Amino acid sequence: MGNEPKIFSKNFKWVGTRPVRPDGVDKVTGRAAFGADYQLPGMLAGAVLRSPHAHARIKSIDVSAARALRGVLAVVTAADFPDLPSEVSTGGEAPINFRHVSLNVIARDKVLYEGHAVAAVAATSASIAAEAAALIKVDYEVLPHVIDVLEAMRPDAPVLHADLITNGVEPAPTKASNIAARTGFTLGDTAKGFADADVIVEREFTTAAVHQGYIEPHAVIATMGADGMATIWCSSQGQFMVREFTAKLLGMEISSIRVIPAEIGGGFGGKTTVYLEPLAVALANKSGRPVKLVMSRVEVFKATGPTSGTHVKVKIGARRDGKLVAGEMVLKYQAGAFPGSPATLGGMTGFAPYDIEHASAECWDVVSNRPKCAAYRAPGAPMAAFGVESVLDELAQKLDLCPLELRLKNAAKAGTRALYGPKFPEIGYVETLLAAKAHPHWSAPLGPNQGRGIASGFWFNIGGPSSAAIHINEDGTAEVVTGNPDIGGSRASMAMMAAEVLGIDLAKVKPMIGDTGQIAYSFLTGGSRVTFATGKAVIEAAEATVTELKKRAAKLWKIEAEHVEWRDGQAWCTLADGTDRAPLSLAKIAHSAGKTGGPISGAVSINATGAGAGFGTHLCDVEVDPETGAVKVLRYTAIQDVGRAIHPAYVEGQLQGGAVQGIGWALNEEYIYDDKGRLQNAGFLDYRMPVASDLPMIDTVLVEVPNPGHPFGVRGVGEVPIVPPLAAVANAVSRAAGLRIDALPISPPRLLKAIDGARQA
Amino acid sequence: MEAIEYARPNTIDDAVRRLGAAGARVLAGGTDLLVQLRGGYTRPSVIVDIKGISELRRIEQTASGFRVGAAVAGAELGAHAAFAAQWPGVVEAFQLIGSTQIQGRASLGGNLCNASPAADSVPALIAAGARCVIAGAGGTREAAVEDIVTAPGKTTLAAGEFIVEFLFATPPAKTGDAYLRFIPRTEMDIAVVGVGVCLTLDGSGVCTAARVGLGAVAPRPLLVPAAGAALVGTTVDDAALATLAAAASAACNPIDDKRGTIEYRTKVAGVLARRAAVAALARARGQ
Repeated sequence: MGNEPKIFSKNFKWVGTRPVRPDGVDKVTGRAAFGADYQLPGMLAGAVLRSPHAHARIKSIDVSAARALRGVLAVVTAADFPDLPSEVSTGGEAPINFRHVSLNVIARDKVLYEGHAVAAVAATSASIAAEAAALIKVDYEVLPHVIDVLEAMRPDAPVLHADLITNGVEPAPTKASNIAARTGFTLGDTAKGFADADVIVEREFTTAAVHQGYIEPHAVIATMGADGMATIWCSSQGQFMVREFTAKLLGMEISSIRVIPAEIGGGFGGKTTVYLEPLAVALANKSGRPVKLVMSRVEVFKATGPTSGTHVKVKIGARRDGKLVAGEMVLKYQAGAFPGSPATLGGMTGFAPYDIEHASAECWDVVSNRPKCAAYRAPGAPMAAFGVESVLDELAQKLDLCPLELRLKNAAKAGTRALYGPKFPEIGYVETLLAAKAHPHWSAPLGPNQGRGIASGFWFNIGGPSSAAIHINEDGTAEVVTGNPDIGGSRASMAMMAAEVLGIDLAKVKPMIGDTGQIAYSFLTGGSRVTFATGKAVIEAAEATVTELKKRAAKLWKIEAEHVEWRDGQAWCTLADGTDRAPLSLAKIAHSAGKTGGPISGAVSINATGAGAGFGTHLCDVEVDPETGAVKVLRYTAIQDVGRAIHPAYVEGQLQGGAVQGIGWALNEEYIYDDKGRLQNAGFLDYRMPVASDLPMIDTVLVEVPNPGHPFGVRGVGEVPIVPPLAAVANAVSRAAGLRIDALPISPPRLLKAIDGARQA
Repeated sequence: MEAIEYARPNTIDDAVRRLGAAGARVLAGGTDLLVQLRGGYTRPSVIVDIKGISELRRIEQTASGFRVGAAVAGAELGAHAAFAAQWPGVVEAFQLIGSTQIQGRASLGGNLCNASPAADSVPALIAAGARCVIAGAGGTREAAVEDIVTAPGKTTLAAGEFIVEFLFATPPAKTGDAYLRFIPRTEMDIAVVGVGVCLTLDGSGVCTAARVGLGAVAPRPLLVPAAGAALVGTTVDDAALATLAAAASAACNPIDDKRGTIEYRTKVAGVLARRAAVAALARARGQ
């Protein structure tokens, strides 16, 4: 099977409809089994001992009292894991170093953040496990710590890793620092561009570290057989990722581990790495019993995710008519305790919606004593977009131009070269702006203390390795097996695409997610890739199945397969030889498969290319209470080029979900530390994600500019919608309050201070 | 592993006896206690569930006013039409606590005795002039609500004492009460500032009495006499409201924390006091 797509007609039977999702009943009735829902005979409960310090050297660990407690069957520390050398893998959503993953899963010589795992125990009950963990004596030498990204970059900052030499700086530094890497992109000559500008706006912005906030905490159950075969049940964004990472961290062969994906209660990028799985397998190995580990919400906040807090400087120059002539970005992103922030992705995406002749981005990846950042929905892009889209709003004000027209004038189109290299193929950014302009929201009147913000955003969307298998059952029903956990309704899309190609009723197609032993390798669910890439595999598997069905019909008719056509779920004979051959339905062919060569199936594995870039434009109305600094979101519209919506309701859900997460990021969410580097708000009470009553209904507009790289025109849709909201909200507040917001979150105390400051000035 | 004992007495005397044990804790709705237990913040020897005592579950209208059992849940009090008509500010404060599910459990007594400076019902109870009936080994005594909490997690209740019920005296005609809080969200949050105001007007619209309770701006909920005095003798006009706001801000002694800064809380206490007074005024006027 090649990757050459052909655009199918718009005359779809299933694509674009809104059937009930196949996993819906299980999820609303409680039958769906999530990570913590499995029980095995003899299962032990585990607990993880975590560092109370932000930065400390581990002088010794004494587990004897814990081990001696009645009911404790195993205790593990870093000594039970191989001391891995540096080795970079691309199995996660971003390149990762297995040494760092290993040291993050269990601390070896130093703890680098409050909550860093130090030891794990397995016992006959959860309370005994907790008691045992408390009996482990760790002798710490507390070290000075650093939380803030700019402070971590200072030459006198406490250094986390004695061997961390900045990558990408010439000449290479001779001294270790917290600066892991510098990357950059240049297009044209920005100095020349700025010299041509009539107006230049330059501003510095900050954003706080925010958590993905999935409802389901990390959970795993692991068994280890006497034959050295491990089985893992867990919720993650990729069973193959869990298998590879766990094997690597434990020095096992990949074939010795089977990972069974549980239903996942949200991931948003945060479940694209391992935390508990290697600990659970090590405990199962040591105890000889199945072991379950489940994180508390406090552990989730302190030891997983979040995404980077950032410091972003943006400078954009424009001519008087609004034509953008030059742009520069300097991005400093917190990586957490180990290198790997998405700073580079910020540099690649920030200017992507615009045709700017001279542009550059300088990206800094900086470690500090915080949990290692994990992917979060369009990693790195929202913070860069916050800076760029805010500066554009200010430019529009200075030039007395409509901010929408300013964007329209400079919008990237097919053929525009992006700062990060490629020229865009068919894209739909302009179409999202035109849809915004035509939307009643854009021209609705505003009252006192109210403001309207507009902002746009870009995300690459990716393809990559995916596998799909279709099994035709004896009664003419079909199973569609793929290797990607369903975090956004993808099962529905897989079934619909298969039904479309097979030409049968959707009710006869059952989608399922295979474990690592049941389906060939599939890259994890991330990068907005599943409906595109795995969908492409499903379409090709369905096409292979149709080819086989046609062969079988030909056999039954005793003719050559070339004389068989597949239409509406039936084989049609195209021979006009006078013989009356009534069409054969898929069910009939399936029923007689034994006579024509045995069971009918189609399986493909592909490395999908041709992912289509996604653009979105969001409109946001807010009202500011000038006496309290409270911001109320009055109206919100998310507009996005989605290529082709397979199941529009779930695509709309993606747009709404991304917008809401972005609104939370803009208004209230933040990691708050005390002076000892301890997280002060590790819970949903004080880590303030929006609740339903905080928000209006999020309106959506799906713009469909088909992606030529997918047979049905699909583009990834899951990540774009979190890119514009930070700036859409901030621009709305800026206009409502008559000042410029440059720091997130726009919490009431911060906004009131800004309002009072502006009033005095 | 040590076991925790659970007791569910049916009489006040039995409850007093059980609460005499070292490490005993009262369980009413459990919306604070169970969270503290699960978080490992408390480890009682015995949990004394007071919901089995009938006096603690009743709402009674007497000749002099209302008696509200300390274990009455928010949803129950809100559903009592006569009480809600007389004390809308108390009801609106109590019903801001938690979610619908929490409302089915959380009690007035628990909200007070948990001794959080930010408890929503307490400033409204203070404004309403509510008094507590307290049972203990030495019999029962009465105390004003503002005299119960001394610091976060600390009360003037002696070991073995617990609150049986709250007394609300029937207010004069043309009395209105209101409670407002500030939270960064619209629900499921803890007050950054909470203000309860109760005021009474005479026939000509002049304020004859006013009480102002403040929450989340000091180590304990406060009665602010100066804020109330700012309204008395006025028609609750803009000048009086400005004096009230200044008095409320002046009474603040807050902390900087994850929920708000000193500067913010101090300023917003004044803003909310003014707004709550305006709401109470409208109710007093029967609007």
